[in-house]
Amino acid sequence: MSEPSASAGIDLHAQQVRRFRLQDKFFHYSTQFFAFIVLAALVGILVSLTLEAWPALKTFGPAFLWTNIWSVPDDQYGALAAIYGTVVTSVLALLIAVPISFGIALFLTETCPVWLRRPLGTAIELLAGIPSIVYGIWGLFVFAPLFAEYVQPPLQALLGDVPVIGGWFSGPPIGVGILAASIVLALMVIPFIASVMRDVFETVPHVLKESAYGIGCTTWEVVRNVVLPYTRVGVIGGIMLGLGRALGETMAVTFVIGNANRINGSLFAPGTSIASTLANEFGEADPGLHIASLFALGLVLFVITFVVLAISRWLISRSMGSEGL
Amino acid sequence: MMSLYTRRIWINRIGITLSMVAMSLGLIALLWILWTLFSKGFAALSWDLFTQDTPAPGSEGGGLRNAIVGSGLILLFSMLISTPIGILAGIYLAEFGRISKFASLTRFMTDIMLSAPSIVIGLFVYALFVATTGGFSGWAGSLALALIAIPVVVRTTENMLKLVPTSLREAAFAVGAPRWQVSLRVTLPAVKSGVVTGVLLAMARITGETAPLLFTALNNQFFSTNMAEPMGNLPVVIYQFALSPYDNWVGLAWGGALLIALLVLVVNIGVRVVFRNKDKR
Repeated sequence: MSEPSASAGIDLHAQQVRRFRLQDKFFHYSTQFFAFIVLAALVGILVSLTLEAWPALKTFGPAFLWTNIWSVPDDQYGALAAIYGTVVTSVLALLIAVPISFGIALFLTETCPVWLRRPLGTAIELLAGIPSIVYGIWGLFVFAPLFAEYVQPPLQALLGDVPVIGGWFSGPPIGVGILAASIVLALMVIPFIASVMRDVFETVPHVLKESAYGIGCTTWEVVRNVVLPYTRVGVIGGIMLGLGRALGETMAVTFVIGNANRINGSLFAPGTSIASTLANEFGEADPGLHIASLFALGLVLFVITFVVLAISRWLISRSMGSEGL
Repeated sequence: MMSLYTRRIWINRIGITLSMVAMSLGLIALLWILWTLFSKGFAALSWDLFTQDTPAPGSEGGGLRNAIVGSGLILLFSMLISTPIGILAGIYLAEFGRISKFASLTRFMTDIMLSAPSIVIGLFVYALFVATTGGFSGWAGSLALALIAIPVVVRTTENMLKLVPTSLREAAFAVGAPRWQVSLRVTLPAVKSGVVTGVLLAMARITGETAPLLFTALNNQFFSTNMAEPMGNLPVVIYQFALSPYDNWVGLAWGGALLIALLVLVVNIGVRVVFRNKDKR
């Protein structure tokens, strides 16, 4: 009597298992599809920018990268001035930001009282949360005037006559320009670099640090000879992350760089960056070569930041294990 | 001649002092920016800011009503797009993709997208959407912002799901639950607050994004809730008004900047406070 009902039960169970397996397969592939969307977006960006930039790339060839001309009336475009501004502001920003971020990370991990660590860490992270347009208007209305009045003239008096570097500080002190943009950029990337540095500093095994303290090292020596060598890879990754951020930053730079599409040897002079050229010109660009050249600029920016960020992520994940950030 | 010991002490003191100086510089920058924002922004706050639309060139007064509503709509739809995509992709990476090559590639690319220049995303959506459908629109703006928000949601969801103890998953599997039920009914609810945090942080991240909206949503001087048309939004209004020669426009720009910054700060501080209480329990 019990025979048929048991087999019916097994049948039912087998059916259930089959149904679950089908549902699972569906779930697996549908979530995979959404993960695929992220990848597709990245490839899509590369493809669509290349397609849109094609007329300019075809007309100017690789010389587009090193031609210093940007003339809408003559329909002649070259990216050199924008690339120069982007690279110079980003590198200067890093020169300012790296030591400060290192100091912040050192303070937060080694000397700060424990009860202060959390609020101060949060404060630095808030600096990262402030929208870049706020940095932009602050830079333009508050920072640049003060910079022109109190910082640039003494800087010029001090370094203006020094051979070689004197030229960097020549020209009228008008506030907005390459140097002001670099400083605002530095403020923006400090939180990113500092939090990566703090996170990798915390991965140093306590035993290592305690042993160094135990043989009488000072805090500075522990950081210099134990923490930094141990976290070298991650620290460089953090710096590259900051560089990636600085290269692509748009609004803050657009407000304070002065937007002059030329190369000037002075850091006080206004300049332009790839992102700020796009922000300024794209809305009113003429169809044809002008818009294609702007797309080409965007492509250059994307490729540069992609390479920098890829190196950065690779270094950071190598130093923090596969967990990522 | 200083002894080696004194020299080491002094180097240490200088190093520590410099690190404190660096920390103070960071705090001063934060406080200075916030102080500027509050003092200039509060001067612009009034009822008119919320009840009147952006003024025409040269006219007096005016508010930001159209921009606030426009920003709200664009944000709403971009979160509606990015939240499900981000969470499902995050589930894939955490549940199915622990060892697969495709998943580690996706993870790597997502990390890059997190910091990719937002203006390039704007160019992409312009080429893909604005140029092909023949016009700037609120939809294009939402799409651009969604592309920026998705990586944030993906990574926080994945990181949160990874924190779920394996024993919990195994317990669910042991009573015969299929994978999708384990994901959606056991592990995802277990990290609900973390995922919500990720979504909120993604929203905070895109609230102030200006660059991608310049070529997608553009701007609209008039009140509009039509997502198929160019749409007023706070970041672009701030950008245009701050660079304008009219005093009332510049004032409105500061008011708008304060609104955006307040939202971002409240979300950022809020999720941290909530999370800390959760940790303590």
